[in-house]
Amino acid sequence: MKMQFHINGGDFVNAGKASSQVKGVLKKLNVEQKLIKRVVVALYETEVNVAAHAHEGDIEVEISENEITIVVSDKGPGIVDIEKAMQVGFSTATKEVREMGFGAGMGLANIKKNSDSFHIESVPGKGTIVKLANTLTN
Amino acid sequence: MQIKEIANILSARILTSDADVNVEIYKAFSSDLMSDVLTSDYDQTILITGLSTLQAIRTAEMLDIGHIIIARNKEVNREMIALAEESSIVLLQSEYSMFHISGLLYQAGINPVY
Repeated sequence: MKMQFHINGGDFVNAGKASSQVKGVLKKLNVEQKLIKRVVVALYETEVNVAAHAHEGDIEVEISENEITIVVSDKGPGIVDIEKAMQVGFSTATKEVREMGFGAGMGLANIKKNSDSFHIESVPGKGTIVKLANTLTN
Repeated sequence: MQIKEIANILSARILTSDADVNVEIYKAFSSDLMSDVLTSDYDQTILITGLSTLQAIRTAEMLDIGHIIIARNKEVNREMIALAEESSIVLLQSEYSMFHISGLLYQAGINPVY
């Protein structure tokens, strides 16, 4: 099964809709609650990242019997130093993003923590691609 | 402790409809930083927050947190209530501060997450 979503930069009202829909699908597939939580927390963090930092982004979700893969590609400023961005506490978020309860420099590390496989690549000035995969069975 | 007792202790209003007030809550977590809330696991936990936004509801939804209490009577809009109801989240609102709410619930026997 494939699902696609689009997020506009700054749109915090709709950030979370993709995660919510994916959660619904995984629940219907009777995936264990703890595994669902890992997937949707990681996906929600990526949605917030796109809304917080990029101009726009696309999310592609593919669910097979045992695995979910998620590719989030955005057009935006990109990340100059990925290693630094992965460090807890490092953030380039604006005051507005922080006022919404995010932007503390915890997102990327939390995405990695909640993913079985995590890959990130970025071109400064162009955008960032994050690829995640999680198994859906124990 | 049941939600109806929590609501009573905090003089809180329940904003969402069809809430099961007999649900038991054992733990509470207080935070305005959703990034931090997103890093833990919760079981029968109520989230205490002063962040009255859609993101607080979304965050709870992802973590299967079924109950949120909004501190200091911060304004809760219709979209938040609608999203909470859609996600079967019970939304409460109290005039007390996060510190006050935390203190009252701790005193009443609710445990911290950490």
